[in-house]
Amino acid sequence: MAGKIEITREMQAVVGVESPPWRYEVTTTSVRAFARGVGYADPVYYDEQAARAAGYRSLPCPPTYLGTPVFIPGQSSDTFSGPMLSGPRLQHGLPNVLDGGTETEYFAEICAGDVLTATSKVSDLSIRESRSIGQMLIVTNESTYTNQDGVVVAKQRGQALFY
Amino acid sequence: MPLTWNDFAEGDALPTLEKAPGVTQLVKYAAGGGDFNPLHHDYAFPQAKALGSIIIHGRFKYAALGELVSNWLNHGGRIVKLSCQYRGMDMPDKPMTLGGTVVRKWEEDGEKLAELELFVKDAEGKNTTPGSAIVSLKG
Repeated sequence: MAGKIEITREMQAVVGVESPPWRYEVTTTSVRAFARGVGYADPVYYDEQAARAAGYRSLPCPPTYLGTPVFIPGQSSDTFSGPMLSGPRLQHGLPNVLDGGTETEYFAEICAGDVLTATSKVSDLSIRESRSIGQMLIVTNESTYTNQDGVVVAKQRGQALFY
Repeated sequence: MPLTWNDFAEGDALPTLEKAPGVTQLVKYAAGGGDFNPLHHDYAFPQAKALGSIIIHGRFKYAALGELVSNWLNHGGRIVKLSCQYRGMDMPDKPMTLGGTVVRKWEEDGEKLAELELFVKDAEGKNTTPGSAIVSLKG
């Protein structure tokens, strides 16, 4: 992208606006499917007896797994499975995107049987100079996951790099 | 045996985890994680054709770093924070080595904590996915 990237007032206005909530289910089947996908051999993520012996209520969520978003045709992304939420869109006009990184912070245990509700928001906008790409707009998205008892169990932040 | 506070010291390396996921493994990850971007399973997808290959999900590597830490803890503690940056692409069927080091060990408000520095090295030894973690030990 030639020229300078600018964080406009319209872009800044999107920061902090929470999305509508969406439901994420953690089931014994979904935990096993994720564990298989990563390649775990640890029985604690597959066998409920092994999970209980290790001190969990049921199969625990493997790290980075925060439940499976409920899929509703027309409301969910067919490619990424998450909700296509309505809300203010960031208008930056930059055509290319890279996934910069992911961070998950845990506050409480998450196990099969839990139902999480997540909301997300753009939490930060910044501009960075990259040697290979030049100027990039860094958009940090933060999702907050709350369980069926109203306890915030995790926050996940992702950085998208637009250029 | 679950990991305990006295089992490790600052500077210790975590046992490494070797992976070389093929397309079938990535399809399993897509099903488990929900990311069906064809760039990760369809060699005929234009972006994959342009790159000459499908590429491994960044989130697969992130989850695999989680597996590395989970294997090390062996349920003797929990992950408080886990992060990584996607610095380079990895192709399927190529060996990757995941590992890490304990960079700090401390107690805070009665909690036994350790900070880890993590890596995903490709066959050439390049760290494509540097990461870090904070873990809390039970005992």
